[in-house]
Amino acid sequence: MEHFPILSIITFLPLLGVVFILLTKGENADRNARNAALWVTVFTFLASLILWFSFDKTTADFQFVEKASWFGDNINYHMGIDGISILFVMLTTFIMPIVILTGWDTVHSRVKEYLIAFLILETLMIGVFCALDIVLFYLFFEGGLIPMFLIIGVWGGKNRVYASYKLFLYTLLGSVLMLLAMLYMYFQAGTTDIPTLMQYGFDVNAQIWLFLAFFASFAVKTPMWPVHTWLPDAHVQAPTAGSVILAGILLKMGGYGFLRFSLPMFPVASVELAWLIYTLSVIAIIYTSFVALVQQDMKKLIAYSSVAHMGFVTLGIFTFNTQGIEGAIIVMLAHGFVASALFLCVGVIYDRLHTREIERYGGLVNVMPKYALTFMFFTMASVGLPGTGNFVGEILVLIGLFKVSIWATFFAATGLILGAAYMLWLYRKVVFGELIKEDLKAMMDMNKREIIIFTPLVFFTLLMGIYPSVFLDFIHVSVDNLITHHQAALAAVTDVVAH
Amino acid sequence: MIETMLPDLAPAYGEILMAIGAMALLMLGVFRGNSSTGFVSLMAAALMIVTLFFTVTWQEGAVYTFGDMFVVDRFTSFMKMLVLIASALAVLMSMQYFRDEQEERFEYPILILLATLGMMVMVSANDLMSLYMGLELQSLSLYVLASIRRDSELATEAGLKYFVLGALSSGILLFGSSLIYGFVGTTNFTVIGTNLAQAGAHGPDIGVIIGMVLVLAGLAFKISAVPFHMWTPDVYQGAPTPVTAFFAVAPKVAALALLVRVLYVPFGELAHSWTQVIVFMSLASMVLGAVAAVVQTNIKRMMAYSSIGHVGFALVGLAAGSQEGVRGLVIYMTIYLVMNVGAFACILSMRRKDGMVEEINDLSGLAQTRPGMAAALAIFMLSLAGIPPLAGFWGKWFVFKAVIATAVADPMATNYGLITLAVIGVIASVVGAYYYLNVVKVMFFDKPEEEFMAPKTRKLGAIMGIGAALLILFSLPQVNSPVLDYARMAAAALIS
Repeated sequence: MEHFPILSIITFLPLLGVVFILLTKGENADRNARNAALWVTVFTFLASLILWFSFDKTTADFQFVEKASWFGDNINYHMGIDGISILFVMLTTFIMPIVILTGWDTVHSRVKEYLIAFLILETLMIGVFCALDIVLFYLFFEGGLIPMFLIIGVWGGKNRVYASYKLFLYTLLGSVLMLLAMLYMYFQAGTTDIPTLMQYGFDVNAQIWLFLAFFASFAVKTPMWPVHTWLPDAHVQAPTAGSVILAGILLKMGGYGFLRFSLPMFPVASVELAWLIYTLSVIAIIYTSFVALVQQDMKKLIAYSSVAHMGFVTLGIFTFNTQGIEGAIIVMLAHGFVASALFLCVGVIYDRLHTREIERYGGLVNVMPKYALTFMFFTMASVGLPGTGNFVGEILVLIGLFKVSIWATFFAATGLILGAAYMLWLYRKVVFGELIKEDLKAMMDMNKREIIIFTPLVFFTLLMGIYPSVFLDFIHVSVDNLITHHQAALAAVTDVVAH
Repeated sequence: MIETMLPDLAPAYGEILMAIGAMALLMLGVFRGNSSTGFVSLMAAALMIVTLFFTVTWQEGAVYTFGDMFVVDRFTSFMKMLVLIASALAVLMSMQYFRDEQEERFEYPILILLATLGMMVMVSANDLMSLYMGLELQSLSLYVLASIRRDSELATEAGLKYFVLGALSSGILLFGSSLIYGFVGTTNFTVIGTNLAQAGAHGPDIGVIIGMVLVLAGLAFKISAVPFHMWTPDVYQGAPTPVTAFFAVAPKVAALALLVRVLYVPFGELAHSWTQVIVFMSLASMVLGAVAAVVQTNIKRMMAYSSIGHVGFALVGLAAGSQEGVRGLVIYMTIYLVMNVGAFACILSMRRKDGMVEEINDLSGLAQTRPGMAAALAIFMLSLAGIPPLAGFWGKWFVFKAVIATAVADPMATNYGLITLAVIGVIASVVGAYYYLNVVKVMFFDKPEEEFMAPKTRKLGAIMGIGAALLILFSLPQVNSPVLDYARMAAAALIS
């Protein structure tokens, strides 16, 4: 079917911004480049709204499909989205203008390169969620490392080189194993087409190995305990905008990968190895929550809380039931808004005092009331207060999980309490208390730009908490289809064993 | 009847043209002296471009001539194309360097011409004798090239080291050839192949296998595969940079082409024997290339270890033992050419007031002083590391695809040796990524140092720009399909 290649346009539109930025010259080059980047990202978001409104929620098929012969040998340029990926595409295009605004008047060195890196990253991230060919997926998935490496390494903090290397090499090591698995699948099935591979049905023994190879990549990206250690380093060293991208979108690629590859392509292995996921996720939730409690650095604390939240995501995905998987997706989206916002909150005061040490703050409510309100809102959202998106997601995950494993539910729920503990502790230390430190007294409250940044995030967090159907309607059919397909695959294997 | 005496010359027009051209330019140089170097260089490059058209336009099937010692087919024409492009670029890139160093010698382009001629003969060799003839013509020219700066101690040392070890390897190769001749009774590749195929149940004599392994060892030296790699870092570092740029690509392509032919045409029957050797060399090269490069501070030395690693990756395709594998190797070498020529164009631009610099740290902050060059070098490095979507990734994709296919193709048993090769190979590529990233880090993260001198010619900049663009755009079907299609035909010409 020939139609307007809307997905390719959305994916590659940010590259147009790169061209504009390269053309800027003269005194106002930086300002013009910023404007170009902002307009391009806003325009990309507007273009992606077309997807949002013309998406058919009644089918689990891939929509807006584009297919063209690409590398011969059955490797195609195949793009398309279903109910799961559309939300991630939207999340990406939505977060990007915020990211560009974040560095608006705080980044002054090598502005053009900075913006170019972010725009290239946007193209690659949208591509990851749209790709329907594993080779294409891998290209986008891995390609994203290059701009992220530069963003952390060039515009990061003191220990940025270490953090950027760690991010790059950890992710690359996981991914090359996935690459080998892809080559194997390509050889077995004769195609790299994701929809075809979903139906293929790999040999059960092979599935275990393939699952583990993909797991190596997605576990690092998610990140899961014990390969999460790159994340706190990367978050702490990255500039605020980098942290927002990392927490808001890049972390979602792991969960998305599990949903897109592991569950449909290796259904038997997913069930067989679910215990591994449960164990690692539960450890992640409990352990990283405790680690978060003793952090001195605000960003590090939020980074560890991200690992704990991602533990919920993996638990939800591997419940293999509707509530669990839908909850996991909602947790991912809500975390995309809330964690991004929390990093922005840290960024706001970091820009003023240039430290992220919790001890250096206290009593900010006296001078920054608007900030205190915003920070309060997102702290509560992160804790999972009813009325925010996190609550919806977490409660769904827990319901789904309860059907499968009571113990895992018990530990996960304990993690929620710990989560409340460290977040409230952080908030109390930074915002409440006496305003005694001299340099804090001169702190300015949030300016117009910062308020503009936070407003949409607040809106969507509330929307997701109060009326989650807006988002759930998109994913119902796709998730049901995923589960039906998964159970059919399992039944087929049990039949073979029974005969 | 003179016509019946003369062999068919048409397949060798390219080589004949090169030989005559080299002689004519040599005469010109002798009479005009070193002041004619610029002209001779340009003419040499032009000569190679003209020869390129002779080889590329060869569209017939395999044609044998000179008593079957010389073969031309799709495989040879593709590999010769790579060799000629690499050599022509090496000549063009070197011109400004020697001018700046006030070391202009007209012998330089002529030696490159002769070496290239040797490589073309190697690629087309279908007989142990033509093999040796081509190999020695190439090697002798390279020995001289390595020490072309006679007053430089390092260069002289490099040349001497290269000569001694090269002579040793040639000796080993000759000894192997004599064993093969003794046991099979012929030097012709095709005849050796048919004789071995008819050896029957008891298999070939052990003498043939020993001979084959010795020939393999001699060739492994030329492609600097571990454990015959020791000369590479010293020679790369010691030789003048343009010479290193030349060494890094053309001789490797030619020797690999020769290796592929030797393994598949005469010794195709012994595949199970040589596969083990190739798997070992490939593994060892990938691992050593990755690990040893990590500690290097000199960029030429780093590139030497990098080239060892890349030969290891190319050999993965050979270890697959299939047409698909050879195709992968051909694609790999094509991409390798672009990456390395580009990287050396950058290294050749590292010049300050007091001469060339070649430490990695000299690149500090290049992203701020020369953003274009830094971006290009970053692309070359990331492509060498095999990060998608750059072309280096596709090179690895095709060789690993072939080896995985072979490993799991046998329905009876999975070949775990090849799986191990693939797993260790990709892990080595992660280790390797570390030092390529280091170059990017130095250029982008560190504080700027003293600026490099502005380039006096646009040649290097153009090569960098075109190379980087090719690596980025390789994912487009318009760019990659000619390479992929031609590589398929080349591999099919060798193995059916």
